[in-house]
Amino acid sequence: MDYILSLIIFFPLVAGVFGFFIDKNSMRAYGITVTFLELMLVVALWIAFDSSISGFQFVEHVSIISQFGMSYHVGVDGISLFLVLLSVFMTMIALIGLSIKEDAKNLIIAVLFLETTMVGVFLSLDVILFYVFWEFSLIPMLYIIGAWGSDRRIYAAIKFFLYTFAGSVLMLVGILYMGYIYHAVTGVWSFSISDWQLLKLPFNTQLWLFGAFFLAFAVKAPMLPFHTWLPYAHGQAPTIGSVILAAVLLKMGTYGMVRFLLPLFSDATVYFVIPIAIVAIIMVIYAAMIAYVQEDMKQVIAYSSISHMGIIILGTFALNAEGITGSIFLMISHGIVSGALFMLVGVIYDRRHTKNMSEFGGLAISMPTFATIYGIMLMASVGLPLTIGFVGEFLSLMGFFRVNWVMTLLAGSGIILGAVYMLTLYKRSFFGEITNEKNRNLEDLNKRELTALMPLVALVVILGIYPKPILEPIDNSVKAMIVLMEKKAVNQETKDFLIRVNTIEGAK
Amino acid sequence: MLEPISIDLASLNMTSILPMVITVFGALSIICIDLFAKNLSRSFFAVITIFFILFSLGAVVGFSGENRGFFDLMLIDGIAVLTQIIILLTSALFMLLSLSKRRFQEFAMAEFYALFLFMIAGFQFMVSSDNLILIFLGLETASLALYTMIAMHNRNKAIEAAVKYFTMGALAAAFYVMGALIFYALTGSLEIHQIAQTLQDRGFEPLVAVLAGTVFMLGALGFKLSMVPFHTWTPDVYEGSSAPLAGYMSIVPKIAGFVVAIRIFEMLLDSGVIWLESVLYVMVVLTMTLGNIVALVQEDVKRMLAFSSIAHAGFVMAAVLIGTTEANAGIFLYWVLFMFANLGAFTMLWVTRHRQNLWDSRYQHPFSKFSGMIKVMPANAVLMGIFMFALAGMPPLSVFWGKLYIMSVAINNGYIILAVIMALNSAIAVYYYMKLIVYMFLKEPTSTDTTIYSSNSTTVLKVVLAFSVAVSVLSVFVVKPLLEMILVYVSMSGF
Repeated sequence: MDYILSLIIFFPLVAGVFGFFIDKNSMRAYGITVTFLELMLVVALWIAFDSSISGFQFVEHVSIISQFGMSYHVGVDGISLFLVLLSVFMTMIALIGLSIKEDAKNLIIAVLFLETTMVGVFLSLDVILFYVFWEFSLIPMLYIIGAWGSDRRIYAAIKFFLYTFAGSVLMLVGILYMGYIYHAVTGVWSFSISDWQLLKLPFNTQLWLFGAFFLAFAVKAPMLPFHTWLPYAHGQAPTIGSVILAAVLLKMGTYGMVRFLLPLFSDATVYFVIPIAIVAIIMVIYAAMIAYVQEDMKQVIAYSSISHMGIIILGTFALNAEGITGSIFLMISHGIVSGALFMLVGVIYDRRHTKNMSEFGGLAISMPTFATIYGIMLMASVGLPLTIGFVGEFLSLMGFFRVNWVMTLLAGSGIILGAVYMLTLYKRSFFGEITNEKNRNLEDLNKRELTALMPLVALVVILGIYPKPILEPIDNSVKAMIVLMEKKAVNQETKDFLIRVNTIEGAK
Repeated sequence: MLEPISIDLASLNMTSILPMVITVFGALSIICIDLFAKNLSRSFFAVITIFFILFSLGAVVGFSGENRGFFDLMLIDGIAVLTQIIILLTSALFMLLSLSKRRFQEFAMAEFYALFLFMIAGFQFMVSSDNLILIFLGLETASLALYTMIAMHNRNKAIEAAVKYFTMGALAAAFYVMGALIFYALTGSLEIHQIAQTLQDRGFEPLVAVLAGTVFMLGALGFKLSMVPFHTWTPDVYEGSSAPLAGYMSIVPKIAGFVVAIRIFEMLLDSGVIWLESVLYVMVVLTMTLGNIVALVQEDVKRMLAFSSIAHAGFVMAAVLIGTTEANAGIFLYWVLFMFANLGAFTMLWVTRHRQNLWDSRYQHPFSKFSGMIKVMPANAVLMGIFMFALAGMPPLSVFWGKLYIMSVAINNGYIILAVIMALNSAIAVYYYMKLIVYMFLKEPTSTDTTIYSSNSTTVLKVVLAFSVAVSVLSVFVVKPLLEMILVYVSMSGF
C-alpha cells in the first residue's frame, strides 16, 4: 500500500493517454471502467486508512528539484480523504450519466486528465506540486466548457480560465515568499506543508501572505465579488462540466482555505474572521435572492451553489471543531447534491433543449420518477433534516454560533430563502396541469440516468441519517489542526479567541 | 629601430579560439565545395553544417586551459562556454528545419550555409570576450550575416524585414561604438574588467560621462534584446523572415546579447550608481508589460510570438537587474527552457506554412488559419497547444520552471514588487496564448483538407517537434540536472 497515493493520482492520467488508442465506440465504457477502478483504489485507501491517526498517512516523499526545495510529497489525512473520494465518485457518476455523443472520445480523455488534477490538488503536501495541479486543472475544464458548451461557451470558458488564473498568480508569489522565509529561518529550502506548519510568522507578514493565498481561494470558491465567472461557466457548460465544476472544482477553493490559511496563518485568520464572515453572509443572502429571480433552472442551481459556498466558508472561519468539520462535510454533501441537481437539469435539457422554467409545468405527471428524485435532491439542497444537506449546514452554523449569534441568525435566514427559491422552482416546473403540450409525452428516466442517479439518492439518505463514518476521521484531523493553530499563534488575542470558540461556556 | 616583438605561441592559447576556427573553417569549406560541385542538394549542406556545428560543440565542451587568450582578447569563462553550448545546440536544431518538404530558395544556396556558420562564429566571439572591440566585431559579423540570410528568403516582406533590421542594427552599432568610445576615453582601456577597475578606483567620476556611456550601451543592447522602447523592429522582422529563422532570432542573438549585458551591466550595477538600476527597472517592467499588452491585439500568430518574445526578454532582463549568481543562472535556465517551447511553436508554424495566403490577404499565419485544427489534425493541434501553454508558463510545462526560479530569485533579493509585476504579467500573457488554443480547440474548422496544415511537413521536422515537446512536458525532470550544470558554469565565471 506504500505507493497507493501515487497510483491514485496518476492512474487516470496514464489511462487518459492510453485513451487516445481506444476506438471511439468503446470510449464511454472505457471511461466508466477506468473511473470505477479509480474509485475502487480510493475505497481501498479508505479501508486501509486509520481514522484514529490525525496526521498524514501513506506519505510519499521524493525530492525533484532540490535546488529550490521542490519535491514530490503526497499524503492523506481525514480532511482530504473524503474530498478525494468525492472527486473520483462524482467523476464516475458524471461519466455514467454522459449523454454527449459528438467527439465523446476527446471529452472523456479531458475528464480523465481533470480527475488526475483534482485528486492531485487534494493529496499534494508540497505547495509547488499543489500549485501545479491547481493550475493544470484549468486546462481540461477550459476545453470541456469551451468545446461542448452552449452558444456563448467560448466567452464563458475564457472568463473562467482568466479569473482563476489571475487569482492564483499572486498565490505563486505568496508561495515563493513563504519558501524564502522558511529558507531564511532554517537555512533549508522546503515547500512542504508539514514543514511550513511549524513556522511561526510575524503578524504583519501573515497578513500579506494571507491576502495572497486568500485571493486565489476566494476566486475559486467563488466568494463575492469574484463570483461572476461561475454563473456563466455553469450556464454554458455541458452537464458533465457543470457536475464536476460544482461538485469538485469549487471545493478546491474551500479546501485550500482549510489546508493553508488556517494552519499557516492562524493569527491573520482570526484577525479576518469577522470581515470574511460578513462577506460570506452577504453571499448567502444575496445569491439566494438572485437565485429566486432566475428563469433558467440551471442558473437557480448555480446561484444556490454560491449561497451554499457562503455557509461552507462561514463554517470554516468559525475556527472550532464543529464548524470546520461541518464545513468539510458540507463540501462533500454539496458536491453530491449539486452534482445530482445539475445532472437532473441535464436530463430535462436533453429531452426539451431548454432550461427555462416557463416552458415547463406539470412535469410530475409525465415524469414521475424524475420528479421524485428531483424532489429528494431539492430537499437535501434546502437542508431538510435526515438528508445529507442538513448535517453539514447545521454543524457549520452551530460552529459559528459560538463566534457571533447575530451573524449566524442572518446566515440561517439564507436557508429559509433557499427553501423559497427551490420550492418555487419545483412548483413552477413540476406541479400543476401540463400547460405546454410538448411536456405531455416526455420519456421518464431511462436506465442509464437511473444508474447514475440512484447511488446519489442512496448516499443522500444514508449519510443524512448516519453521517458518523465520515464525520469521525474528519473530526480527528480537524481537532489536531486547531491545537496546532492555538500553539503557534503569536498574538494572545488569537489564543483567547481559539479557546473561546472551542469551549462551552458554563453558567454565569 | 623598432623593438622586435616576440610572441610565445603558447601564450596565445590557441585552443581558446578553436571552436570559432572550426565554424569559420566550415563556412569556407562549404564555399569551396560549392565551387567544385554544382547542384548539390540542400540536405548535403545541412548535414555538413551540422557536422561542423557538432565539432565546434565538441571543442567547446572539451575546452580545458587558461581562460584568457590572445593578449586577453579572449575570455573563455563559464558563461562563455555555457552560452556557446546553447547557441550551437539551437543552431543544430535550426539546421534540421531547413529540411522541409517544400523547397525554398535560400536553402538551395550554399552561401546560406556558409553565412550561417559565419554568423555562429560571430556570436561565439561575441560571448567569449570582455574586450569591447572584439564583442563589437562578433556582433557585427553575426548581424550582417543574419541580415543577408533574412533577405535571402526573397519575398517582398523578407527584403523589407532585412532592410529594417539592417537600419536599426546600424543605429544600434553606432550607439555601441559611442558607448565604447566614452568608456575608452574615460579609462584608457577596452576591457570590461579593467574599465571596472579604473572606474572603481576613481569612484565613478566624472559621473556624467559614465552615465552617458551607460546610456549608449543601454540603447545598443536594448536594440539587440528588443527591449521597450527599442523593440519596434521585432514584429516586422519576424513577420518577414521565414518561421524557423524568426524562431532562431528570438533565441540565439538574444542569449548572446544577455551575456554581453551581464558583463557590462553587472560591472556598472556594482558601482551602486542608483540611476542605472532605476532605468533598468523601468525598462524591464515596460518591456514585460508592453510586450504582453500589444501581443493581446495581434491578429497574426507570428507577430504575437514576436511580441511575446519581447515580453520574455523583459522577464530575463529582470534577472540581469537582480544580478546575483542565482539570478544569472536563472537567465540560462529560463532561456534553455524557453528555447525548446519557442522552437516548437515556430516549427509548428513552419510545418503549416502554405504556398498561398489562404486565410488573410496580409498575414501568413492569422489566428483563423488554426480554427478547429483539433478536428482536422488532432496530433498537431495538441502539440501546438502544449507549446502555447508552455510559453504561457502553465505548470508543469517548461517555461513555468524558469519563471518560478526567476520570481523566487527576485523575492529572495527583496524585489517583491517586481515579482508581483512578473506574476501579473504571466496572467496577462496567458490570454493571448490561450487565444490560439481557443481557435484550435474550440472553434469549428474552416476546411477539412489536412494537406493544408501539413504541406511543409517532413519526418525531420516531426522529429524536431517530438524532441521539443518531450523536453517541454518532461521539463520537471530536466530542471534539476540543468540547473546544477548551469550553476557550476556561472559560479565558475564569478558572476
